[in-house]
Order: sequence, then structure tokens, then C-alpha cells
Amino acid sequence: MSTDVLPAVLADLRSGLHRGVVVDSPPGAGKSTLVVRAAAELAAGGDPLIVVAQTNEQVDDLVVRLADAVPDATIGRLAAQDYQAPARIRDRPAVRVGRKLAELPGCGIVIGTAAKWATVGDRVWPWAIVDEAYQMRSDMLLRIANLFDRALFVGDPGQLDPFSTVDIDRWTGLTWDPMQSAVAVLLSHHPTMPVHRLPVSWRLPPTAAPVVARAFYPFAGFEAGTVAGQRHLEFTARASGTASAGPLDATVDLAADRGWALYELPARHAVRTDGQAAAACAELALRVLERGTVAYSERDPAGVPVTADRIAIGAAHRDQVAAIRSVLGTAGDGITVDTANRLQGREYDVTVVLHPLSGRRDASAFHLESGRLCVLASRHRHACLVVARAGIPELLDAHPSTEPVHLNVPVKFPDGWEAHQATMSHLERLRIRAVS
Amino acid sequence: MSTLTSLARAEAVRAGRAQPIATVRHVHVHDRPLVLVPLTLAGEANAPLAAMVGDDPDKPRLLVVAQPRNRDQRFAFATALAGVIVSYADGFTARVEAVAGDRARDIRVRFADAPQIVVPNPGGVDFARLFGRSTRFRRSYGDYAVDPAVPMLGRWLTFFAERAEYPGSCLLLAATEALALHWATGQSLVEDQNLAALLGWIDPPVGLTGAQAAVLAEDAGTWPPAGPTTDPTFDSTVLAPLIQAGDVPGLEKALTAQLEPTWGLVWRAVDRLRALPAGPRVAGRWDADKEAYTAHVQHLRDGGPPQPRRDSATAAAQRLNRLERAQASYAAQRAFDDPLVLAEYRLAGEAFVGTVTAAEPERVEGAGRSRKLRPHIVVSTADPVRLAPGTALVAPTRSGQKATLIAITGDGVLLELSGGMGRAATPAPGTVPEVGERICYSSLTDGYQPVADFPRREDTPWTHGGPPAGYDPAPVGDAADAAATDTVAADAAEEWS
Repeated sequence: MSTDVLPAVLADLRSGLHRGVVVDSPPGAGKSTLVVRAAAELAAGGDPLIVVAQTNEQVDDLVVRLADAVPDATIGRLAAQDYQAPARIRDRPAVRVGRKLAELPGCGIVIGTAAKWATVGDRVWPWAIVDEAYQMRSDMLLRIANLFDRALFVGDPGQLDPFSTVDIDRWTGLTWDPMQSAVAVLLSHHPTMPVHRLPVSWRLPPTAAPVVARAFYPFAGFEAGTVAGQRHLEFTARASGTASAGPLDATVDLAADRGWALYELPARHAVRTDGQAAAACAELALRVLERGTVAYSERDPAGVPVTADRIAIGAAHRDQVAAIRSVLGTAGDGITVDTANRLQGREYDVTVVLHPLSGRRDASAFHLESGRLCVLASRHRHACLVVARAGIPELLDAHPSTEPVHLNVPVKFPDGWEAHQATMSHLERLRIRAVS
Repeated sequence: MSTLTSLARAEAVRAGRAQPIATVRHVHVHDRPLVLVPLTLAGEANAPLAAMVGDDPDKPRLLVVAQPRNRDQRFAFATALAGVIVSYADGFTARVEAVAGDRARDIRVRFADAPQIVVPNPGGVDFARLFGRSTRFRRSYGDYAVDPAVPMLGRWLTFFAERAEYPGSCLLLAATEALALHWATGQSLVEDQNLAALLGWIDPPVGLTGAQAAVLAEDAGTWPPAGPTTDPTFDSTVLAPLIQAGDVPGLEKALTAQLEPTWGLVWRAVDRLRALPAGPRVAGRWDADKEAYTAHVQHLRDGGPPQPRRDSATAAAQRLNRLERAQASYAAQRAFDDPLVLAEYRLAGEAFVGTVTAAEPERVEGAGRSRKLRPHIVVSTADPVRLAPGTALVAPTRSGQKATLIAITGDGVLLELSGGMGRAATPAPGTVPEVGERICYSSLTDGYQPVADFPRREDTPWTHGGPPAGYDPAPVGDAADAAATDTVAADAAEEWS
């Protein structure tokens, strides 16, 4: 299988047979690289082009990467009134920032968030690239789709679906249901639109790619870009001798060895901001730091220290994030602590995950959502340490998936229940019990 | 379920009665609501069997379909129901009130009151929606003509059911939902759907606990289901023989016995809610309902077409945008009206109440033309603040002013203020919170939210299937009427073919 799908994608896009092309990308499969290369190729053809991303951070990342890839092009950064350009953008003379399109004359490539593009009218570009298209809601695509003739839609179908604050089913089954993702609506109106898949994850290590692929991408699948032995973690400081730190160190050691580890707390129904679980997340992250962990990989064969900025702790809820952050204190300065929603698209060497079902009495649709677990379990280049209270398999068995099936609504595979079962059955074999 | 509501439920179990989860009433209760208790026939999709309806608790009107499978009788029922509902809904057009528009000179006029229908439970709302759909496209001429009141009933029922989707709208209320907004019981959310059991927890009879009252309420003999579904035992032992025999007086007697207990319960729920003091922002939401009512009446008077069978791509997106904005402002209004609702947000760290301990009211940023007033204040609070730096906050008492969270320090929360301070070089007196002032800040906002731009219907993009087929881009005069009639006929044909 060829690992470079870009030529085929561009051929489909330029064939004139399709108004759009979709590229599905598993975690860390080089989605941004594809967007940048496609933008460079299209811009080289001389046609003006717009790029649509979902958040300002994503837009800024793309601007920087595009400026590096196409040094001779002028790139326009369309921004909101109160946008403050970060230093990495201000430093680049080839990048212009404008509040209105009129402030960006002569820019071959213009980039902005979907929300900003929705305020632009009266002009049609021949090409557009929509990044993170699975995270964009259908009603947002409706607002911007008249801006371009043809478009490349890139995104990760396994991540979190867009959501709405209102809960009504009056559009369920309509092909243009505004609560669906942009890609779902696009494909339901254009079932013959070509869908390409990036086949290799360059982020996930060989220990993680098969697990994540089986649990969250059971039909498409993907492989790791590295082979066993190409990446490993080593410790420069010895494990602590104390009894309480024993299981923590054992968890860190196991994760370094096998890519995953489950740190299991005693079974208990707990409030969302479970103090013990929050403390365990913080302590594990700190142990990784204190052990002087060094990461060896194809990128850094001589090894680089795993510093705080290479570690992330992920949780399902904002109050859990706040609880973990408060336990972490100043010792964990620089460690990213965030919700699954905000960790989307980010990459770290080591991640610590507070399992969404830890300590719960029920398994609600929110906590079962496969995208949430997928984001949390696919941010790491080396190892992922999961913190959970015992009893999750039993909880899953007690709460089988009961979501109704609607006519005309494509069934989403895998469902969250199945994805959780698949992940847990792998993690259970790599379990360290906390001292109770 | 939030922590506070869970706590209230646990306390309800211990106390043996429902616990309040609101200090004020969050729904508008009409002086003269119309109560509607519908029943449908089991096994037939939304086939009406009977209804008890009226605006006077002592004078319920009973409507019965002797043979619910007979379409003619079904539409005779619709005609009779229209006699009650349409005349009630039409009855608030006598008085108008003037409202100021966006600019001071723009004065609009709207009706000074609006109708309110109360049904026992969400099933009643669904009944209104489905019965509205099956009646609003019927024609009063040609084959299978119905009384002109039938499509009019359908358009009103659809209007009420669509308004019921709006967060905070009170034109169509489900009694169980309105009660559950104000009380937490010691039973599950599913059990709260039973109006008799819910009221048993809220007002247990003397000598009984809420749990005991709820158990009694589950006996379908004394408290028949609040509809629209009927009790299966009643169906097989009472209803089926009477329908078979065509015994109309017998049916009326049996169905009265099924409906009357619920009729009484809904009025009890209305009284119970009315006894609560209304929240300060309830009237504002009722004003929005009056606007919607006025617009609907105007649409009917202008001869506008019935509500379409389903939303087009652009209409759906616009409706979702309206609903989301309504949801955000409804959540904020409830929290600002009610300390108990606000407490949920404070507990979650999304709002905090504290005292201003330092203020720098004349702090400026920039110089010359870009000189801006950006006062800093420090609010000391005991609440667990879990807001990220950079979050925009608003105080309910100072809704025109934005406060950006700069940092959370040992002294308190450092905020930077912008807006709402007048045009002078220094803030107008009283516009910056002073040291010692007790103030609440949260990320909730009840302020103006801009309406999003959506393409026009005829500009529906290719990604969403392009413009809907059969659309006449510029219907005018007779052509518009003809187009509307054709749409109705086509929709009706599709609906009933």
C-alpha cells in the first residue's frame, strides 16, 4: 500500500468529476502535512485558495507551517476584531493579518476560522481546503459553502462529534440535519464523493496503533509508521523506595515497557472530581518527570528528555481538569491538563488519562462517546497511563448501549460501548493496583 | 444530574417529601390557561380517543371519538377541538401594547397577552405536534374535504408545539416538566413522568410520606395514566367492549372517569406553580412569547401558508441558531433570577460571588487615539473558581460591561473591565465596582447575541443538496398564493397518499 495519498487526492480534486474530496485521517497520520502540501500544490497552480480551520490555534498552526512550506507566497490571515497575533505569526513578513478581506489584497492563500469565513460574502474562490471537517457542524458548512467551487475536506472521523447545547430530534433523519458533522451531511448528499484514507499513524507507537485501530477504526484501520524498538523510554533516576510510590513507579515502568498501563484504584462510586483519582493522575505525571525520563525515537535517536511540555493529562470534564491542576501545583508547571475536546489535534510523548467511566454509577452517552476515549487514548508518541477505579467492565456490562436507531441516519461504528470494551480488554492485561 | 439536585433528591427521600430546587418560579403562569388532557387509541398512530379541555377547572369539556379508527369521526373530533382551542387562542387579540424598537423612534405593536395551553406531560406536547401535522394540510374543498376549522387547528397546534421546543417559552407547558423545574423528588426521573406520583411527592396527603403517596398514585385504578396512552387493562376490559357495542353514553362515562383525575391534577399543578413568586426575568420571556403569538396571528391574517412539513436546510440551521441563543440566555436568566440555580454554577466553579477588595478604576491602556479605559478590580471569593484566564465574564447587575479574567491569585480574582463606563476619559460614577461591593461574576451571558448569517433558501449550497426543488424564486401576488396552495396540496397529498 502506498503511503502517499496526496497525488491521488489531487487527481480526484482536479479531475472535474467531483466537487469535493474527503480525506479521513486517523490520529497523527499527517493530516496537517497533507493540508499544507495540498495548499502548496493548489497555490502553485496559480488559483487563489482559501483554507478553513475550526479554532484560532489551528489556524495559527497552519499559517506557520504554510509559511515554511511556501516561502514565496503571501499568506493572508483573516482574523476577528479582537485577535492578537502570536509572536510566531508577527515574525513572518510573508504573513499578513487582516480583519477584512479588503485588507488582504494579493494573498494567494487566505486562512481563517470557519466562524470568520461565515462573515465573508460576495466572492467565490475556485478552491478551498477545510481542515478538521469532522469537528465542524453541518450548519457551519452551510454558511461558508457558497465561498468555493471545489473543496478538499480533511479530518479525523474517530474524534469527538460536534455537539449542540439544545437537545431536540426534529431534524433526525434529514440529510441536512444541522446537528450532524459537515462531512456526514456532505457525503449523504454526494454518496459518490471520493473518500481517501491516510494509512499510517506517525504519532502512535507500534504498541498503540493496533489497539486504537481495532477499538476506534475497526473497518478502515491503520498502521504505525514505526516498528517495535524504534522508540523507547529510559529513566535516568531510580524508582523511589517508598511503599506508596511503589505502584506508581511500577505503572510508569510498565507503560515505558509496553506503551500502556492501567493504574487501578479500588472500586468506589465517586463524585466527578474524585480526589484520589485526581491525585493519582497528578502523581503519575510527576513521577514521569522525577524519574528523568528520556525518549528515544526515529526523530531523536540520541534521546531527548521528556520535559513537562511533553506530558499531558486528559480528562472528560472541565471540573476534573481543575481538580487535577490544583493537585499538580507548581511542581507540574508546564504539564498540559485539559479536556478531551481541547486536546484534539495535540501530540505529547507521554499522556496520563483519567478514564471517563472511573467511579461512575452509570455509563451515559456522554461518557460512552467513542470519540472522547479515542482522543484521550491517541495523543501519545510513547506511552499512555490510564487512571481508573476498578469495575469499569462490570459497569459496561450493566449499561449496554441503548441509543435508538433512526431511519436514514447512518449507524456510527464502532459505538462507544464496543470501543470502551475493546480498550478495557487490552488495558486489563496491563494493570497495576494502587495500594488501598 | 447536578450535585445540588442529587443532594435535594437524597434529602427528599429522608424528609419524605419533595425539596425545592428553585426559590422563584421560572415559568409564566397564565391567569386563564387552557388545560388539555388528550387520550389516544392504543395501536393506532396518534388516533385521538378523547380529550378533556377547557379554561375553567369546574367546567371541563369532554370530547369523545366513538370509533377512533373512523377517519370521519376523527376529523369531527378535530372540528370540535378546534372550536375550543382556536377560539381560545384567537381570544387575546383585543388589546395591544406598544414596544420600543431598536431605535427610539421605532415603535412596534404587539398583543398585550397570549394564550397558554397546559398538558399533563411531554406526551401531551407530542400529541399536539403529531395531531397538528395530521390536520394542518387538510383542505376544506375537493375530495375528502374537512371543516375549515380543522386545518386552522393544525396550524395552531403546530405553532404551540414548535414554541414548546424553545427554551424558556411558556405558550405550551407540560405540567410534569414545569413542576420538575422547581422540585426534586425522592424517585427516579422516569417516575417523575407520572404526574400523580410527582404531585404525591410535592404535596403528600396528610399522614402519608411522598414515597407512600407515589406508590398509591401508581395504581391505575385510582389514578389512571395521564395520557395520551391509556391503561391496557382499561383498554381490554372497558374500552374495547364499549367501542364494539357503539355505546356512546357508556364511552363518555368511562372516559370521563379516566380523564377527570388527571384534569384535577393538572389544575393542582397550575395552582401550585402559581403560588410561587415569579422570577424577575419571567415577564421578559413571556414578552417574547407574546411576540411569537403576534407574528403567528399576523401570518394567519396575511393568508400565509401552513408550517412546512419539514425544515429546509437553511430553515433548520436558522432554527438551531435561534434555539441555541434562546438556550444560552434562558440558562443565564434562570441563574440570575435564582440564587439556588446560581449555586449550581458556583459549585461547578463557573460563577463566583465575592467582595471587591481592590479597584484601579482609572487604569488605561494605550495612548493617544488608541487610549482605552481598562480598569482592574480584584474580587475576593471563597467559591472554587474554575475559570481559565482570558474568559469573558459578566456580572448580572452590570450586564453592559465585560470583565476579562486576568489571573486567580491568593488575594482573589483579578479582572479587567471594558465597556459600560461612558465616553469620558474617566469612568462615569458608579460604573466600576467599588471596594467593598459584593458582586457576582459568571461566564453566563444574557446579553445580545448576534444573529448568524445564513444563505437564503434559493442559495442553499451544493454541499447541502442545492436549492430545494420546485421553488419559485420570486412569487408575487396571485402567483404567491398559487405557489402556497400548490405547496399545501403537494404536502397534503404526500401526507395522506
